[in-house]
Amino acid sequence: MPEIALNILDVAENSVRAGAALIEISVIISTEEDTLTVTITDDGCGMDADQLDKVQDPFYTTRTTRKVGLGIPFFKQAAECTGGSFSIISEKGRGTAVKAVFGLSHIDRMPLGDINATVHTLVVFHPSTDVIYRYIFNDNTFVMDSRELKQLLGDVPLQTAEVSKFIREYLDENKTATDNGIEI
Amino acid sequence: MKSLEELKAIREKMEGKIGLRSESEKQTRVIVGMATCGIASGARPVLTTLSDAVQELGLNDVMVTQTGCIGLCQYEPIVEVLEPGKDKVTYVKMNPDKAMEVVRMHLQGGQPVTKYTLNAEKIGEK
Repeated sequence: MPEIALNILDVAENSVRAGAALIEISVIISTEEDTLTVTITDDGCGMDADQLDKVQDPFYTTRTTRKVGLGIPFFKQAAECTGGSFSIISEKGRGTAVKAVFGLSHIDRMPLGDINATVHTLVVFHPSTDVIYRYIFNDNTFVMDSRELKQLLGDVPLQTAEVSKFIREYLDENKTATDNGIEI
Repeated sequence: MKSLEELKAIREKMEGKIGLRSESEKQTRVIVGMATCGIASGARPVLTTLSDAVQELGLNDVMVTQTGCIGLCQYEPIVEVLEPGKDKVTYVKMNPDKAMEVVRMHLQGGQPVTKYTLNAEKIGEK
């Protein structure tokens, strides 16, 4: 995984598969604290204590067709090798929350990458899952709630070319307005 | 600066234009693998490229969707094309350029792009 945004997409796809109705994704950058914090919270089916214990182990998966599950271990390692931290809490029937803290200026931190593409993919291709996306850069905050988009759109599907293009541009403009377009 | 109000304008413009999508038996399904393996090898831009192209070309009987791991991680990004009444075509090691070729040749032209299929890849390995 070459970028943080792809790890976020990977974890959020798990939320979709867990039957989540709402996924909340936050990317919080603090230059003062020198951290980049990612949280992904869902109201999906959650995991029991046993599964939760094993989920950070690369040689565990719920799949029966193979024996490795690398998504969460990749993300955890990417965060921890920058002097950051990783946590996952989950409750059966309630949902799951993943939090990864990266050392912002650490030389081993992978780039944030195309976070807008990740949010766009989630919103456009999972119309039955709602997404609240928060992008916070120091004192600036941008929030997009897919429920608001859907309400404005009525029957018009999110995959419609014009809508899909609008969402992408809306995300791009607001990201730049929030972080002044600096490379993260 | 873009405002969400623009969505209202799009909605008004589209009013009455949204036809019912054709039912599944006539519909071609294009499936992109989006598990860890797919995402790590570049499935995200492939999915977006396919969806945008299908929408822009107005291919109403084509549905672009996604799935988890298909079980052939070494060949990701994988795109499967399921046309009603025809054999499934599995494209492997895709990228946005190859995806556009598949849209033009296969989804529009009806001719699978044999050189990108799993079969061609396997023969090449022998």
